[in-house]
This record gives sequence, C-alpha cells and structure tokens, in this order.
Amino acid sequence: MDETLLSALTVFVLAILVGFEVISKVPATLHTPLMSGANSIHGIVLVGAMFIAAVADDPLSQVLSFVAVVFAAMNVVGGYVVTDRMLQMFRRRDTARPATATERGTAATAAGTTAGSTRA
Amino acid sequence: MDTPVLVTLIRLAYIVAAVLFVVGLHRMNSPATARNGNVISAVGMAIAVAAAGVDIATRPGGPENRLAWPIIGLGVVIGGGLGLYTARVVKMTAMPQLVSLFNAVGGGAAALVAVDEYINLTQHGDAIPLQASVATVLGVVIGCVTFSGSLVASGKLQGLVPGRPITFAGSQLVTAGLAFAALAFTALIILADAGVIGLPGALTLLFLALIVVAALTFGVTMVLPIGGADMPVVISLLNSFTGTAAAMAGFVINNPVLIIAGALVGAAGAILTKLMADAMNRSILSILVGGFGTGDATAGAAGAGATGSVREVTADDVAIQLAYAQSVIIVPGYGLAVAQAQHNVRELAELLEERGVDVKYAIHPVAGRMPGHMNVLLAEANVPYPQLKEMEEVNPEFPRADVALVVGANDVTNPAARTNPSSPIYGMPILNVDEAKNVVVIKRSMRPGYAGIDNELYLDPKTGMLFGDAKDALAGLINAVKAV
Repeated sequence: MDETLLSALTVFVLAILVGFEVISKVPATLHTPLMSGANSIHGIVLVGAMFIAAVADDPLSQVLSFVAVVFAAMNVVGGYVVTDRMLQMFRRRDTARPATATERGTAATAAGTTAGSTRA
Repeated sequence: MDTPVLVTLIRLAYIVAAVLFVVGLHRMNSPATARNGNVISAVGMAIAVAAAGVDIATRPGGPENRLAWPIIGLGVVIGGGLGLYTARVVKMTAMPQLVSLFNAVGGGAAALVAVDEYINLTQHGDAIPLQASVATVLGVVIGCVTFSGSLVASGKLQGLVPGRPITFAGSQLVTAGLAFAALAFTALIILADAGVIGLPGALTLLFLALIVVAALTFGVTMVLPIGGADMPVVISLLNSFTGTAAAMAGFVINNPVLIIAGALVGAAGAILTKLMADAMNRSILSILVGGFGTGDATAGAAGAGATGSVREVTADDVAIQLAYAQSVIIVPGYGLAVAQAQHNVRELAELLEERGVDVKYAIHPVAGRMPGHMNVLLAEANVPYPQLKEMEEVNPEFPRADVALVVGANDVTNPAARTNPSSPIYGMPILNVDEAKNVVVIKRSMRPGYAGIDNELYLDPKTGMLFGDAKDALAGLINAVKAV
C-alpha cells in the first residue's frame, strides 16, 4: 500500500469513530432532523461530481458527470433546506425568533386577538 | 500564480469544511442549538464546494473539458432548483419520503462518480491501482443499491408502491442470487485489476455494467418485502450506505473531504439504524428478511387470555373526563400522523390548559413514521417542546395521570410487551398507558396494529374506546370540551 492510501484509510477510520461519538449523544427527539442533516452531508459527493465533470473528455463521461452533478446538487440543497424547515419548528412558544421585548409584546397581543376572535 | 500555496489553501479549506460538519452534527444534540448546527454544516458544504471550484478553475490550462463549467453550472442550477422547490413545498407529513428521495439521488451520484472514474481509468490504458478498483466497485455496488432501494422506500411511504410486504415464490432466493452475482463480478474485477487473472479491458467494463444492473435490482428486491412501518429503519440504513458510497467515491478520486464526510454519515446512519431497530424490539436482520406484519406469523400468539368486552364511549363522555381532570397525558401515534391531526391535538391541549389541566405528550421513540417524526409534527403545530416527554421520562408519571388519551397509537401501548412472554412484541419498550387512572383510545376500528396482534389494553375496564378518524374524533372532542 502506498502512502496516499494509508493516510486516506487513517482519515476514513478516524472519521467513522468521530461519527459514532458525535451521533450517539443525540436524543430521540432529534433523530428525524438528524437523519435529514446527515443526509445532506453526504451530498458532499457533489465535489466528486464536479471533479469528474472537469476531466470529462467524451460525451459519455459528460452525460454521466452532468447527471451526477444534478443528483448531488439536489441532495445538498434539498437536504439542508428540508432539515432547516424541520428544525425551525423546534422552538418554545414565546421564543419563536430572537425578538425584542416590544416585538414580543406585540406578538403576544396579536396572538391574544386571534385566539379571542376565533373563540367569539 | 503560486500554485503550491493555493493547493495548500484548498486542502486547508477541506479541513475547515470537515470540522464544520462535525461541529454542525454535534450541535444537533439539543433542540436549542440544532438549527444553528444545520447552518454550520451548510457553511462547511459551501466552503468545500467553493474550494473544489477554485481547484478546478486554477488548474494549469483550465479544466481539460471545455464543457466543464456549463455542466457544473447547469447541473447545480437544475439539481439545486429541484431540491429547493421540493424541500419548500413538501408537507411535513410527507417529509420521510422526501428524505428518502434525496438519499436516493445522493447514492446515485456516488455510483455515477465511481462508474465514470473507472471508465476513465480503463480508457487511459494504464494499470488500474488496486485501491481504485476496490473503492470503485464498492462505490458502484453500494451507490446503486441505495439509489433503487431508497426510491422503492420513498414510493412505499408515498403510496406509489403498496406499503405491505411484497413477496413472491423464491423472492428471497432471487435477492440472494443478485447479491451473489454482484459480489462475484466485484471479485472478478478486483482480481483482474490485481493481475491475478487476465481479462481484456472491454470485459471488465461489461462486468461493471452487470454489477450496476445486479445492484440496482437487488435494491428493489431488498426493500419490496419490507413492510411500510419498517421503512424508517430501512431509510436510515440506506442513508448510512450512501455515506459509505460517498467515502468510496472519495477514495476513487482521492479527496479527503469526501472520505471524512462520507465516513461521518456512514457512522451516523449505522447508529441511528441500531437505535430505531432497538426501539421497535426488532433486529436489523429480521427487518431485512421482511414479511413482518402480514399477520400469519403471529396469529398463534395473538389473543392469549384476551377475553372481555370493549367499552365504547362518546365524545361528550370523554370531554367531561378531560375537562375535570388534573393531569392528562396525550399519547400520539402513527394514526395521528396519517390523519394529519397534529393541529387538532394541539388545539384540544390548549383548551384543556386554559381550564387548568396539566397536559403532557408522551412520545414513544418510534411514534409516527420515523423516530422523532412525531416531535416534528407536533412542533409544526406549535406544541412547545418542553411539553413533549420521552418514554423514560413520562412512564413514571402515568400512575398519577387522570386520563391517558391515546390517539392512533397501538403496539407501543400494548401491556403484553411487559406481561406476556409469548407475545411477539414481548420485551419491546412501551408507554405504560395502562397504569393511568383512566384511558381513552381514539382509533378507527378494532383492527390490530402493525405487529398484527390484539391489544389487551382495549379490553381493560378502565379503557374507553372512541372510534373514528383521529382528526374527526379530535374535532368532536374540541367542540364537546368547549360546551362543558
């Protein structure tokens, strides 16, 4: 085995161990967002798709690399956006976003009005 | 231009990206920091992609392929646009199948990268280094299995493919045969590239094509016999596969950031898969063998000692019970997710809270369609997450609860898991709903749940059954509580 492969293997094994360590501490509540978040990270294959596109010198390679770029870009962008949408919903009732005291007061009033009118 | 400096900077950018991926995943530990963690991970991705772009742009003489930039630019716009659009319009209840779809295209991209790189190596006529051929064929096999398997899983959740286990005579033989074929061709290619056996280059390419076909078909026949409720575990497993395939693609093109990110996801998916399978009291192997939930395997064990009568109640009865309770624990399940009744359940809970009732939600780890899916659905309905209690936390509270309101959950509340060693779900961790002072179950019919067995909770004298679709029944309850 040459030096490049050995160092690549070292990195691979250590990254697996880091993955186990980081993931095993996540509470069940966040498993779905986590799966989705991990799902977006393997969109890193986009980098690989870009490199094969750079050296694609025949029509077959060009088609293959184009499809690979489309797939990977969909994985990356869609993955991060849908994860963000999920996580956006994990919030306490009164801290939906970092708001100033005034804004929070207005929001509370607005919520009260809406609730009141619904009940009326 | 000082290329060595630039090369160093690009390599450093990859390290920064890898660190951001790890930090991002770590911050997903807690709901308070999770969203920020996702953003950090996205920044890492942007840095890695930008570094790769700089790498390609600054190669002496530019990219070998004149079409490189149009391919990359157009591909990113089309793929990114599709991803952005679907991710923004998807309903939260349909989100598991979208995650599976993104997983499929990720696996497909990894397989394509490996295939293309291998074709290039063969055409350039040089001896193919062993590590390249090993990583390539592994990347192709794993990527193709993930691609077709995730598509079928997604189709099952979406209802495009029947969710029930699909088997035919000898289907397991076919699956095993396909796996054997893929592995045999893999071995042939590796041996040929290692120089152990002599094969003309054209023949290895044919074998590679056969591997692609066998692996794609294997992905389909692997997932078809697995029931819809097991799909989360399968998606998680396939997610882990995609990570591994991306890492293999990293070995093929010798890129560290692909290896690190792929390995991270491979490990993450593996842990998640194990956690999910544990929560369902199933081994990963038995899930993959499939056919569970067809009913025939469990018929013998069902209904042992389950005799008695079912007490049906009306919305008005339940409303009075709830309105005058001190403490109510809501147990949402798959039925609530299917009926999209998360907003109704939140409305009911708020009505009760206004009357001074203490309301909590008991969330089984596998409630909904994926682990944690119920939390997402309830969060979407603006249920504050401190009210969501995990199983270990809420189980001691059931004896103090006046009413446990079960909405569309079944097997995860079945006391047989604690008491009946002959039950197929014996040993599965459950919510101890039967310890509450009163139990109300909202359910469409007496049909057994996913495990295909009767639930003796329904025959308990303190249990009242409120039959109906979760959404309609909750709407009725809300009106009745308002009228109390």
